[in-house]
Amino acid sequence: MKAIMISGRTLAQGAGCECKMSPDFLKAVSVCHLSREDYSSLGLSEGKNVLLKNDFGQAVLTPKVDAGLRQGMVFIPMGPWANVLVGPDTGGCGTPHFKGVEVDVDATDAPVRNIRDLFRGLWRATA
Amino acid sequence: MIVEDAICSFCGCLCDDINVEVEESKIKRVKHACRLGSSKILGHSRIKAPMIRRDGELMEVSYQEAYDRAAEILLHAQKPLLYGWASTVCEAQKKGILLAEEVGGVLDSTATVCHGPSVIGIEEKGLPGATLGQVKNRADTIVFWGCNPAEAHPRHSLRYSSNVCGRFTPEGREGRKIIVVDVRETRTSKNADETVIIQPGTDYEVISALRMLVVGKGDVVPDEVGGVPKAELDGLAKMLLAARFGTVFFGLGITHSRGRYKNIDNALSLVAELNSHTKFVIMPMRGHYNVGGIGQALAWSSGFPMSVDFTRNAPYFNPGETAACDLLAKADTDAALIIAADAASNFPRAAVKALAKIPVIQIDPYENPTTLIAEVVIPSAIAGIEVAGTAYRMDGLALRMRKLVDTSYPSDEEILSHILESVRRMRAGEGA
Amino acid sequence: MIIKGGIVYDPANDVFGEEMDLCVNEGRIVEDAKGEEIDARGLLVMPGGVDAHSHIAGTKVNTGRIMRPDDARLGIEPRSGVCRPSTGYTVPNCYAMGYRYARMGYTTVFEAATPIIEARHTHEELEEIPILDKGALTLFGNNWEVMECVRDKDISKLAAYVAWGLRSARGYGVKIVNPGGGEAWGFGSNVKSLNDPVPSFDVTPAEIIAGLARANEMLHLPHSIHLHFNNLGKPGNYTTALETLELLKDIKPGRMRQVVHVAHMQFSAYGGTSWRDFESKAPVIADYFNSHNHATMDLGQLLFGSATTMTADAPLEYGNARLTHNKWSNHDIELEESSGVVPMVYFRKMLVNAVQWAIGLELALLTRDPWKVLMTTDHPNGSPFINYPEVIALLMSKPKRDAEMATLHEQLPKRTSLGGIERELDWTQIAIMTRAAPARILGLEDKGHLGPGADADISIYNLRPEEVDPSQDHVLVKKALAAAKYTIKSGIVVSQEGQILATPEGKTFWVDAGVPQADMDRLMVDLQEKFEKYYSVRLSNYAVQDAYVPNPKVIRAGIKVEPMKEVA
Repeated sequence: MKAIMISGRTLAQGAGCECKMSPDFLKAVSVCHLSREDYSSLGLSEGKNVLLKNDFGQAVLTPKVDAGLRQGMVFIPMGPWANVLVGPDTGGCGTPHFKGVEVDVDATDAPVRNIRDLFRGLWRATA
Repeated sequence: MIVEDAICSFCGCLCDDINVEVEESKIKRVKHACRLGSSKILGHSRIKAPMIRRDGELMEVSYQEAYDRAAEILLHAQKPLLYGWASTVCEAQKKGILLAEEVGGVLDSTATVCHGPSVIGIEEKGLPGATLGQVKNRADTIVFWGCNPAEAHPRHSLRYSSNVCGRFTPEGREGRKIIVVDVRETRTSKNADETVIIQPGTDYEVISALRMLVVGKGDVVPDEVGGVPKAELDGLAKMLLAARFGTVFFGLGITHSRGRYKNIDNALSLVAELNSHTKFVIMPMRGHYNVGGIGQALAWSSGFPMSVDFTRNAPYFNPGETAACDLLAKADTDAALIIAADAASNFPRAAVKALAKIPVIQIDPYENPTTLIAEVVIPSAIAGIEVAGTAYRMDGLALRMRKLVDTSYPSDEEILSHILESVRRMRAGEGA
Repeated sequence: MIIKGGIVYDPANDVFGEEMDLCVNEGRIVEDAKGEEIDARGLLVMPGGVDAHSHIAGTKVNTGRIMRPDDARLGIEPRSGVCRPSTGYTVPNCYAMGYRYARMGYTTVFEAATPIIEARHTHEELEEIPILDKGALTLFGNNWEVMECVRDKDISKLAAYVAWGLRSARGYGVKIVNPGGGEAWGFGSNVKSLNDPVPSFDVTPAEIIAGLARANEMLHLPHSIHLHFNNLGKPGNYTTALETLELLKDIKPGRMRQVVHVAHMQFSAYGGTSWRDFESKAPVIADYFNSHNHATMDLGQLLFGSATTMTADAPLEYGNARLTHNKWSNHDIELEESSGVVPMVYFRKMLVNAVQWAIGLELALLTRDPWKVLMTTDHPNGSPFINYPEVIALLMSKPKRDAEMATLHEQLPKRTSLGGIERELDWTQIAIMTRAAPARILGLEDKGHLGPGADADISIYNLRPEEVDPSQDHVLVKKALAAAKYTIKSGIVVSQEGQILATPEGKTFWVDAGVPQADMDRLMVDLQEKFEKYYSVRLSNYAVQDAYVPNPKVIRAGIKVEPMKEVA
């Protein structure tokens, strides 16, 4: 399914932003909110994950229903998982394009990476 | 002992009515703060000691070793980036600006991934604003555009906006019209009288349509803009014109989406126009408690509020070229000092990869993804809790954060002073 | 230190161009001293300049910087020697403020307008300004507590509030800007005359002004009220100026000085009924100053080119923005004030601007007593302070004025009497208008003069007053004043031939006035209520803390000249 991704603040994300290495933060932020309709049409259920993909990268997240979302729009709390899908270009103004990002969304059985895995091998990587 | 009227060091609300119970130099209880503030004030587990990465692993070192290594990195870099600043006090920010000048680096703040576009919009159009107390006492119409204070600024509506009572607003919520404009329904829209859902990336067009409606040129507006029927936009325009004192609070919904600074430019223009019909002000919902402060301090020090390049001994400002993400995108920086912010979590992945390739010095109380790519890690005291200092609220008001408890950690200001000392000593030693 | 053989102008001590040595010891002028000798033989020597009205620090100024990166680029000077980088032309950064004033020979500068609740920010910036001694005037004219005390005719409580406000803001004096209008602007309107009642408050601007003047004198504050008239900037507003001055003429000053200091008189000396028939009323205003002794003024001289208008007269700023279709910042401050910032350019060929330019000069030249006139440009409203030498050169040279007028709109002579004024000011008068008078008007006893005991703030210029005719050699005058040969601040040479040699920290003056405890107690009842119900901050977080004024110079004042009781 094609969707528009927006990322932003949530209470749980904010409450955890100074303990980012904790399981609470992982739970709060490695999440993808979808509309009820999209959740069903992707065949999601408890225990299943979603894979979001675009030219910038891909991320596996825990899906959740958010009744406030329209179809075709997904919301990810701001943080390292969302930013896998955000490109570096700032359009000449210094600020990346964090909201309104095009993504492909599919159900998956792959696990959500924890935060250390997300950054593993990054330090001084030549690739 | 209860400390009254402590100032919360989380978001741009800078609530200054927090009661903190302190016992034996430890914080036991927090009253009046929201979930975000309580979490911050009660604290989390900290980085214990300074560390330097050796053979890929972070090893504990003394503070002086860490200062010296940091100074070395900054001195030998041609264009170091000094980034973050939003979660510390002005006294530290001022030291950081001096350090950036002396090492010839680029100083940037979290504004460039947040309200940087607002700054650019203000450079185009100015900011028709007010302090939050004006909103409290006068506003009868409030628009929350592209922001969700219920989750990002939880006590905003209670202390400053929707629900608060003031001199000319004795009825509080009852006497107000609250309008939310967003691409989705949120906790904030639950408390709204009107919610206008627009298609993502159409803020610019919707604002333009409102500007036309407000000046009586509605006939140029099509039947639908941003997925919103013209009649609904017309109704919204009328609500704005009927305000006795209107306020637009806006957030990352319009700074981060298509159009970025142009959206803000347009919103500022709308509010300026509304002032020929009635009274209106506009205010950015600043996320971190002192991102305002670094903007102020950098402006009074260098003439520019963010993204300042000191590499040629004089301030040079060009967001799109000198912002942190720009430098990283173009591999145009060869070392980074990240302080009071978590760049690795909040930058686009490609920027984080670029950051991971260069030596990174982290100054922070807490371990976070930036720690995972840092060369030097220096744990600091928590500003606003263990260190007193100045912070600027989202409306530009400066307040003095209290020191609530003692600490043996050095403050950000002390750390930066020591690094600067090492820089000066090494530079003199290297033969002036 | 001994400064040898200068031609000294120290009007406060009746020294009018005498060749004499000056001796300095431990930062003060003394009768005799040894030490470093500075050769000033034949050169113009004056006390360090004192600027009593300039916008140098605080929210307005920084808003100007933030919204004008275009301005920052106009004045970039890199780090060098002891100097940090400088930026800006109309809104310089803090370092440039200090260096540029010091280069010109100025050593004391006062910020013209600070809201109490935002004074912390002002002091943060003042602390960043190197070299200069400074102070900040505190805004009271649109303040809810002030208006209520005035409405209730409770001048004792008003005096207590002024004392409390100055202490909370670490302010120096009472500033009043468009009284009543700033509150009306809270809902988008303004006041039109002195007797126009302020919506919701049941007081008039006239009552606010008179009330604050009385409180000011009851407290024996060193400075008088410092007033920006209602209707500033409007054609025909000279009548408001005269009415306001009349209002105050019978008030007895609490010290040996004026009862009211008028801010930037130029902007309130306008005739005509619209921009079309706009003309100067400077002669009428000057007449008034010539026949009354209770008022002083600063010019607010306008010069052509770039400016940034910034004032607590928010409705005026909105008007500026509409007129010029320019970017506009507005900042209304809860319970206290309003303000606005709008960039501006003044054009030679625009008749209105040409008349404004002429008015400032007329006021200085037609007012007989130079002790009543301060040379300022209301920086950065009329022009940046860096252009003070231009103003001085114009005041000293009729040929320069004529040459300048010839380049302006050709209708100008019809709207101003400037062309017919022959008077040229001399160095004594300039020393009065830029040193001795501002110090006296502000009530700074150790500034603006070179008698024993005065602060050793001295400016020495590359100009031989006994050889140079300022009327003919106005180019030389302007050049010499732009960069002093030596600027000495508290006995330290801070600038030499335009190069900054040292950047010591200056002092911040503020006034601590005592009032009877009973009045303070009554006041606190009101303030507790205001902080509970209306302010968005708590009382305990409101006042400026000691940390923000690390180098204070406190002047005591009060109901009795010794304060009855100081309040923490």
